[in-house]
Amino acid sequence: MNPSTLKRFAIGLLAWVIAFIIFFPIFWMVLTGFKTEVEAVSDPSLIFTPTLDSYAEVQQRADYFKFAWNSVIVSFGSTLLALIIAIPSAYSMAFLPTKRTKGTLLWMLSTKMLPPVGVLVPIYLLFRDTGLLDTCTGLVIVYTLMNLPIVVWMLYTFFKDLPKDILEAGRMDGASTLQEVLYLLMPLTLPGIASTGLLSVILSWNEAFWSLNLTTSQAAPLTAYIASFSSPEGLFWAKLSAASTMAIAPILVFGWLTQKQMVRGLTFGAVK
Amino acid sequence: MNKPRAAGRTVGGLRPLALQAPAVTLLFLWMIVPLAMTVWFSLQRYNLLMPTMTGFAGLENYEYLFTDPALWKSMLNTLLLVGWVLVITVVGGTLLAVLFQQEFFGRGIARVLVISPFFVMPTVSALVWKNLMMHPANGIFAWIAELFGAQPVDWFSSLPLTSIVMIVAWQWLPFALLILLTAIQSLDEDQVEAARMDGAGPISIFFFITLPHLRRAISVVIMIEMIFLLTVFAEIFVTTSGGPGLATTNLAYLIYIRALLDFDVGMASAGGVVAIILANIVAIFLVRLVAKNLED
Repeated sequence: MNPSTLKRFAIGLLAWVIAFIIFFPIFWMVLTGFKTEVEAVSDPSLIFTPTLDSYAEVQQRADYFKFAWNSVIVSFGSTLLALIIAIPSAYSMAFLPTKRTKGTLLWMLSTKMLPPVGVLVPIYLLFRDTGLLDTCTGLVIVYTLMNLPIVVWMLYTFFKDLPKDILEAGRMDGASTLQEVLYLLMPLTLPGIASTGLLSVILSWNEAFWSLNLTTSQAAPLTAYIASFSSPEGLFWAKLSAASTMAIAPILVFGWLTQKQMVRGLTFGAVK
Repeated sequence: MNKPRAAGRTVGGLRPLALQAPAVTLLFLWMIVPLAMTVWFSLQRYNLLMPTMTGFAGLENYEYLFTDPALWKSMLNTLLLVGWVLVITVVGGTLLAVLFQQEFFGRGIARVLVISPFFVMPTVSALVWKNLMMHPANGIFAWIAELFGAQPVDWFSSLPLTSIVMIVAWQWLPFALLILLTAIQSLDEDQVEAARMDGAGPISIFFFITLPHLRRAISVVIMIEMIFLLTVFAEIFVTTSGGPGLATTNLAYLIYIRALLDFDVGMASAGGVVAIILANIVAIFLVRLVAKNLED
């Protein structure tokens, strides 16, 4: 081997070792889910007969699909709603900027810095009094508002980068604002809207502060489902792992497939 | 600037206003209503366990809060948690971005593996770390320690805050890497090549070319992480419940204890106001930083 191949080999080895270490907890969790409870707490071993018993038992204890369905409704519902509210706003900020646009954008972002815990008490009491506690509607409302600033920002970034000439040409041809949005803006910005939506779905899916505090049983999403395994069941590791695997599998695959599109939006276009 | 164009497309500035109205109004309500209520409650005697004790309390709740050592301890914990996680993820993320930018076998798959923790929900990662990794008897770390004949560490009782920092950093390191890796890809190869021709070593290339190139990306990473790290909750909720003692109680968790466990709405609201003020102090610096960096 010549020195440069050797160097490349060393770099590859180092990178793979680090990747493996970082990924290890997830790998180990998935593996443990297929073990028996006895195997799960005995010395770590890669050799065992895989079993689906833990999955069956977890499913008996609490209906995974009910929680998963809540997660789906809440994350996709809030994302859709946030997009509907944010698109007109981002559109006007990108194409009809005024003196106040920058200030409005920064103000929106600053609402994100308001710690949820600072307003937990009033939201909790408001929800209790309006019957929104432990409902999917309640969570959809909270998540929509929670993600709205980031969604507006990301869309603004994508809209701003559009070639203005195309829109100008459309206007010359007499396109109305609605036509402009439907036939020019939407197709051109669909990738941007999609990646904004993806991030919003992931953030809502994994959100654990509001879901733990505002739901009990009916509307509890997967974050609450997993938290219910925290203390008394702490020693049943195989079941815990099986449940965890089921809770993260959909969003992990979703994330793997979409990571490239997400990055640009995440950085508000500051990173190309 | 763009002003003439904007004016041409609107009637007295009404159009942008109408388009932005839903988002702005909703966010404003979302901000101001709970905020006003929090401030109001914080001035009241309001404990759900003592329904007869009501009325205006003035600054009583704040007096209790500021003389409560728990407040200072939890503020310190909040800052330590945010600070350490930021240092680990930004430094680690930068180094890993340089590493994962190199050509090697199976790079695509290795990258996907390394960013995965970002997609794992906090309750799951906390539980997996608490049980499968850090458990003092049956966890992987204990097994490794025994392999080398060392005494296994009881992570959550002897190094509670460190344990939380490790878990949170594990979740956010991939995020930093994801952003910085994207940023590093736009690095001008010719510039690096030219520097190399001039005899610059890999270390000076890193400090004088790569790092300045990543400046914007790093400031974005810091800003987004800060928003989420100031309010870390689930990781504490499912692992230590703020303990032992107050060792891992951050401001978010303290307010949760006061409000939903002690039912002291007045006190919890006062804590909420303090959290909001702290966040705003941080936010002022951050918004400046970002605003500056987003202007080309």
